[in-house]
Amino acid sequence: MINGIILYTIAIIYLGISFIKNKHKTKAALLSSWKMFRNVLPDLLAIMLFVGLALSLLTPSLISSIIGEDSGLLGIIYSTIIGSIAIVPSFIVFPLGHTLVQNGAALPQVAVLMSTLMAVGVASLSMEQKTFGHSFAYARNISAIIMSLLFAFIIWVVMT
Amino acid sequence: MKKLKRYRFFLILLLGLLLIAFMNQAIAIKTVQLTGKSILDMLILLPPIFILVGLLDQWVKKESLIRYMGEKSGIFGVLFTLLLATVAAGPLYIAFPIAVLLLKKGASVRYIVFFLGAWSTVKLPVLVYEFTSFGPKFTLIHICFGLVFYYLTGILFEKIYSQQKLLKHGMTKEL
Repeated sequence: MINGIILYTIAIIYLGISFIKNKHKTKAALLSSWKMFRNVLPDLLAIMLFVGLALSLLTPSLISSIIGEDSGLLGIIYSTIIGSIAIVPSFIVFPLGHTLVQNGAALPQVAVLMSTLMAVGVASLSMEQKTFGHSFAYARNISAIIMSLLFAFIIWVVMT
Repeated sequence: MKKLKRYRFFLILLLGLLLIAFMNQAIAIKTVQLTGKSILDMLILLPPIFILVGLLDQWVKKESLIRYMGEKSGIFGVLFTLLLATVAAGPLYIAFPIAVLLLKKGASVRYIVFFLGAWSTVKLPVLVYEFTSFGPKFTLIHICFGLVFYYLTGILFEKIYSQQKLLKHGMTKEL
């Protein structure tokens, strides 16, 4: 919430300065903001509904039971798959991860789940492809999966 | 008709939700609540971010952005990108249109990949939360390893993808 207030304050200050300096440019800037918003809106709505569905079907206790302390490599694979479905913002991911650990999920599995949730998204892949092209979108998602797995491995070595 | 086509995934999902509502009302209600909340979050967060990006588009000259995020920007480019990626809130797909704009203004592919990576790894507003729930060791490993990994990925991707190649795709033309 504080974050939102700061963002609004910064945006309003810059908008004010811009308006005083050049009305025409400010109008053009707002128009391009609006166009950008309009462009992403259909994909955004679909992704958010998808995340809502996924989060209500996969409850924390269900996930915890899949990726518990002795779930091992299979647990890592499940976490990677679940985490790669959709992209979820970090302010939802960390509280979710915290709940999972408290429910008995293992730390490396939760690490890979959180990391893929934030960086890998099959649900937003079509939007990413439209933006950067197929090849880049696939490559970026794959690199994020590799990062998440290595991160979980380090956590497993260092912290368990 | 064309407008409706852009909403087809949303409509398909809505249909799915309707089906679930017939089978299990509790799950459907929970979905509506969760989705409603995240749409509300987004509607609050998005306007200032997009306004700032729009202003950036109008006021920042290509030459100056090349100095900040271009191929020869060095350590300053890393810090500038990091700052840009970690202060903004929201899920990664918000970063896509921003990344395209930066690319259009002359940012190098390396920093764009690093920007997306940093966006999905470190978020200053949530950092405190990660620190308190998972401890300093976990947080440090996550951030340090993530940033180094994505910087190296950026160097690799820079060799494969050129700015022009990435800019050829749909969304940029409409901007």
